This record gives sequence, structure tokens and C-alpha cells, in this order.
Amino acid sequence: MAQAEAREQGLQGHAPLHQVGHAEGQQHPIRLYLVVWGWLFILSAGSYSIDYFGLQGHLRWGLIITFMMLKAGLIVAVFMHMAWERLALAYAILVPPLLILVFVWIMVLESGYTELTRVLSFGMGP
Amino acid sequence: MAETTLEHAAPVAPRPPGLRGIAADWSSDQRAFKNVSWGKAMMWIFLLSDTFIFGCFLLSYMTARMSTTVPWPNPSEVFALHLFGQDIPLILIAIMTFVLISSSGTMAMAVNFGYRHDRRKTAALMLLTAALGASFVGMQAFEWTKLITEGVRPWTNPWGAVQFGSSFFMITGFHGTHVTIGVIFLLITARKVWRGDFEAGARGFFTSRRGQYESVEIMGLYWHFVDLVWVFIFAFFYLW
Repeated sequence: MAQAEAREQGLQGHAPLHQVGHAEGQQHPIRLYLVVWGWLFILSAGSYSIDYFGLQGHLRWGLIITFMMLKAGLIVAVFMHMAWERLALAYAILVPPLLILVFVWIMVLESGYTELTRVLSFGMGP
Repeated sequence: MAETTLEHAAPVAPRPPGLRGIAADWSSDQRAFKNVSWGKAMMWIFLLSDTFIFGCFLLSYMTARMSTTVPWPNPSEVFALHLFGQDIPLILIAIMTFVLISSSGTMAMAVNFGYRHDRRKTAALMLLTAALGASFVGMQAFEWTKLITEGVRPWTNPWGAVQFGSSFFMITGFHGTHVTIGVIFLLITARKVWRGDFEAGARGFFTSRRGQYESVEIMGLYWHFVDLVWVFIFAFFYLW
């Protein structure tokens, strides 16, 4: 406890609460955020118009995925500042979610099997 | 000891680019995330775990939809609103998307003004973010009410596959809960900014650590994550 107190004192002695005039945290021009905001609006309008104009098939799914990944990328990279973080953090956070794709693959196989057994057992064709 | 619990970013030695730099950071003693404070690192790790939670929800929805032999209800028609004498598909969901994206934009600017020690603009932008978030939750409550009055239940619905209701309530319910919690924490953090807690370095009531404007950025990480999850829900549940 005494040690912790001493540490606090030491910290206060060394480091001022905030260094006025020094670069602190993430500093980027406001314009950058407004541009990204605008792009997110355009991409969202794009994904809404997919449904509005009733596109179907591979074109629909391809566009949905494309717009979704672009929006996610902009949010993570700029709004969440991942583009300026050290790679050690970026890889630690961004690589593990890729494992979900393995899970997706497993569950696609599983649901194909489930549908097959449902069709065979209950005779309801898709 | 102080080095392992840095309260804010410290200057660090440069590393070689690419994988060699990552290996150098991770194999060094004590801290893998050299210039990231513990608060920000822990928020990122929490968000990673939350990614898996929502990933599992969307996966279970995918499995239910792929394995059912009954046609899936068409979300374009289910979520259409009758406005101006015609049915407009998905219009409420589109408005909710734009509201949430706007709240992310105001949050990003609040973080920026926070680091410039402009506490009035920071607090005002955070309150605007909270207001947009609250209106999002309000629209979601409207949507739930509409679907429940039309007969959607977790075990049945009038249009097709019964799993539609359970997937819908599970996924949007958990997301709405996240938004609600975010609004509450936005209000708490905005109050601290407004009072000047982060200027004076006032101690927090829970951790009794000195407050810093980095709290605004960590709050922002959570809020942007909520927006991020909605991007995926919008694509997979409403548009697919």
C-alpha cells in the first residue's frame, strides 16, 4: 500500500497531468472525419438502393458484401484509429475474427446436412 | 512497475516494419502493446470478445436460414413502411442506419476535440451522439412494437420460417442493449468532460485513477463498435 502511494507520488512528480502544447493522443484534421462520414453515407445509400431497386442473385450478394466491408474498413481504420496503431495491436485484434470464417464453413456444411435430413425425413422439398 | 501500467502513451523505440516488428513487440518483456495504455488495450480486447458473440449470433441465424425447408420471410416486405400512400421497403431500417452512422461521426469529432482540450465542444458532441443513439433505440422500439402487433413471436410469424422471429429478437435485441448501455456511458462521460474532470485530473469513483481525455477515445471505441455491428446486421439480416 505504501509502495503504491509512493508510486502515485512519483508519477505525479515526473509527469504533468497533461502536456499543454505537446501532441497528445490521436490528432487528425476534422476534415478527415467529415470525408469518411460522407463516404459512409454514400456507401449506406448504395446498400439501401440494392434493396430499393430489387437487385437479385450474385450481383446483390456481391454488392452487399462489398459495401459492408468498405464501411467496416472505414469505421475501424479511421474512426477507431486502427490505421495509426502499432501493428502488434492491429494484428492482435484484426486477425482472430478471421477464425469466424472457419466457423462459417463448418456451419454451412452442417446446415446443408440438416436440410437434407429434413427433406428426407419429412418429405418437404425446398 | 510504473512501466507496466502506463496511464497514457509513452515514447517508444522504433521497430522494424511488418511481421518482424510484431515479433519484436510480442517477444519483449512486460508489454506487448508498447504505446497503447492499458485502458485502450483492454477495450480493444473486450470488443474482440464481443465480435465473437455477435459473430455467433449471425452464424446461428445463417444456420437457421440455410437449413430450413420453409421459405424465409422477405425482410424487404416485412420491414416496409406505408408512407405517403405507398409501401417503401426497409425505409425505417435505412433511417436507423443513417442515424447511427451520424452518431459515429459526431463521436469521432468529440474524440478529436477532447484531445484539443476543448471541453465544451467535446461535451456537446457527446451529448449529440447520445441523443442520436437514444433516437435509434426509440426507432427500434417502434419496429419491435410493429412486428409484435403483426404477430411475430420467437416461435412463430405470419410469413414463413418460424426461426425468423427468434433470430430477429435475439440479434436486434442484443444490439439495442449495446446501444442503450453506450448511451448511458456517453452521458456519464459527457458529464465528466463538462465538469472539467479531465482537465483537473479528478479521480474516478471506481478505479480512483486520474481522468484523462483518453477516456473519451475509449468510450468512442465502444460506440464505433456498436455502429460496426449494425453494418453487419444491416447487410446480413435486413438486406440478404
